[in-house]
Amino acid sequence: MTTLQSRIRNADIRKSVATLGKPRKATYIVLAIFVLGSLFPFYWSFLVASRDNGMLTERIPPFVPGGNFFANAARVFDTVPFWKALANSVIVSGTVTLTTVLFSSLAGFAFAKLRFKGRNGMFVFIVVTLAVPTQLGIIPLFIAMSELGWAGGLQSVIVPNLVTAFGVFWMRQYTVDALPYELIEAARVDGCSMIRIFWNVCLPAVRPAAAILAMFTFMTSWNDFLWPLVVLDAGNPTVQVALEKLQSGYYVDYSLVLAGTTLATIPILIVFVLLGRQIVAGIMQGAVKG
Amino acid sequence: MTVIDKVAPEGSKAGERTSPRPTFRHKLSRWDVKVSPYLYVAPFFIVFGIVGLFPLLYTAYVSMFDWKAGDDNPEFIGFDNFKELFADSQFWNALANTVSIFLLSSIPQLVIAVLLAALLGARLRGATGWRVGILLPYAASLVAIGIIFANLFGPKYGLINGVLQTIGLDPIDWQASRFGSHVAIAIMVNWRWTGYNALIVLAAMQAIPKELHEAALIDGAGMWRRFTAVTLPLLKPTLIFVTITSTIGGLQIFTEPKLFDAMPGSNNGGSTNQFQTVTLYLYQSAFENYNLGYASAIAWVLFVIIVLIALVNFFLTGRLARTPAVKKK
Repeated sequence: MTTLQSRIRNADIRKSVATLGKPRKATYIVLAIFVLGSLFPFYWSFLVASRDNGMLTERIPPFVPGGNFFANAARVFDTVPFWKALANSVIVSGTVTLTTVLFSSLAGFAFAKLRFKGRNGMFVFIVVTLAVPTQLGIIPLFIAMSELGWAGGLQSVIVPNLVTAFGVFWMRQYTVDALPYELIEAARVDGCSMIRIFWNVCLPAVRPAAAILAMFTFMTSWNDFLWPLVVLDAGNPTVQVALEKLQSGYYVDYSLVLAGTTLATIPILIVFVLLGRQIVAGIMQGAVKG
Repeated sequence: MTVIDKVAPEGSKAGERTSPRPTFRHKLSRWDVKVSPYLYVAPFFIVFGIVGLFPLLYTAYVSMFDWKAGDDNPEFIGFDNFKELFADSQFWNALANTVSIFLLSSIPQLVIAVLLAALLGARLRGATGWRVGILLPYAASLVAIGIIFANLFGPKYGLINGVLQTIGLDPIDWQASRFGSHVAIAIMVNWRWTGYNALIVLAAMQAIPKELHEAALIDGAGMWRRFTAVTLPLLKPTLIFVTITSTIGGLQIFTEPKLFDAMPGSNNGGSTNQFQTVTLYLYQSAFENYNLGYASAIAWVLFVIIVLIALVNFFLTGRLARTPAVKKK
């Protein structure tokens, strides 16, 4: 009796020490339901986009795509300046990503490895600003942009996002471990200037973190809505603003609108499918890094 | 910088200590070491000064005026905007909606995220694939999602009501009913953020030392007991962190209620403001009614609420920091 019990318990220990529990079929089923739930709204929007509005009045809608997607997509380009919106979004997100990664790595390098007066105070300040919601400043920022004559221009969306507190924080945390002081000292002994040390020693060492920051910044910037909506006009929108304009007529043409959302989601979905593994790793790493 | 860039590589390693008088190159290099750090951190402070600090202070200034957009001589009215705001039932309504939507979204979200993390923590075949799968909503644009969900929850032809009717239930007017609209918006929020939070919780779970589970097992604890007595307490800092970030996000919720409206483009949050949130009201006051002073007062009240919550966050996480340190994403 006891031997049987202890044998059961031993097996139990082996099983649950290895993991939190051996995955059963039920685990896979529950996860599959969640993944399907994650995918469904995307699929639904493609479904409506590939048919016509008549589909929506049917009690039990069809669950296979129709053949109207390209026709509906073409109407999107006729209704709003969608090419321009795409180009604008690429310009804005691309610029913001580049500058955020560059400035954040520079500041991260300084905070992690260089000594200067006020370093700790400044860093604490940056961490505190993480809690300050920038969107609450939209009114004075809007006034300022109007005064500058920038309202409506892409610079009004780019400049406020050149560098973020999160980016600085993130790069600093990574640089602390990734860049040994010995490397910096060796470079200094060789007569490197600070900026050269940053460019030739620090940047290669922190490339993984910079890549993750770049992906997050691009996704956030691509999906940004409130501020572009405030400051850009319908003639010169980003993708998100163009989408909202598609929807806000008196009569909502859902095939048209959802063709727009599908078009706008495809680029980011491609990024996600290609780099999903790194994005997941980035989120999990960010969650436990000290 | 470029000057240093050209000169410094030639600087000799020897001689720096022995040379009796500092050479020009030596001075340059010392100057480089002293000044560079400030240059490197400067971009953040400049940008934050322009888009963070200045707007915050200027918002306070604007909130003291009867300031209409395009007005050349706004009238100073002191704290009247705030007085009006505290007597404004639409503001309290918006605040109540915001809190209600926040509670409906963050509580189920947290519970499901923890359970999902437990499932994902098992040794799965194709573990990364599953993780990417549940994270997919995170990539979606809020605008696209807002539009898609408004369609799914449509009162007449929406798929959700279609399903309800098919299984013999009454359809719900998701946009007209106050509670219904809050639930629908909360579902939208949860759909987007649950997988993301599950990954953060999963990371914290994996940081829990295996020995603790082993010890509990030897003491005879079952799976559920180990979950409640070992896993959950050690997850506390992460859970607090996730709660606080979702609170800050939840208090600012804007895109979802804006796009959920049956009258697209409207900022009312429904015909009777039944799902108007504080940020949506702020947007309406500023960019539909052009009442910038009043909107600034709303912004400041919201800011104070958020700061109070951030302070609570700081206090709580500080007290609980002994367990594996968990930092902001």
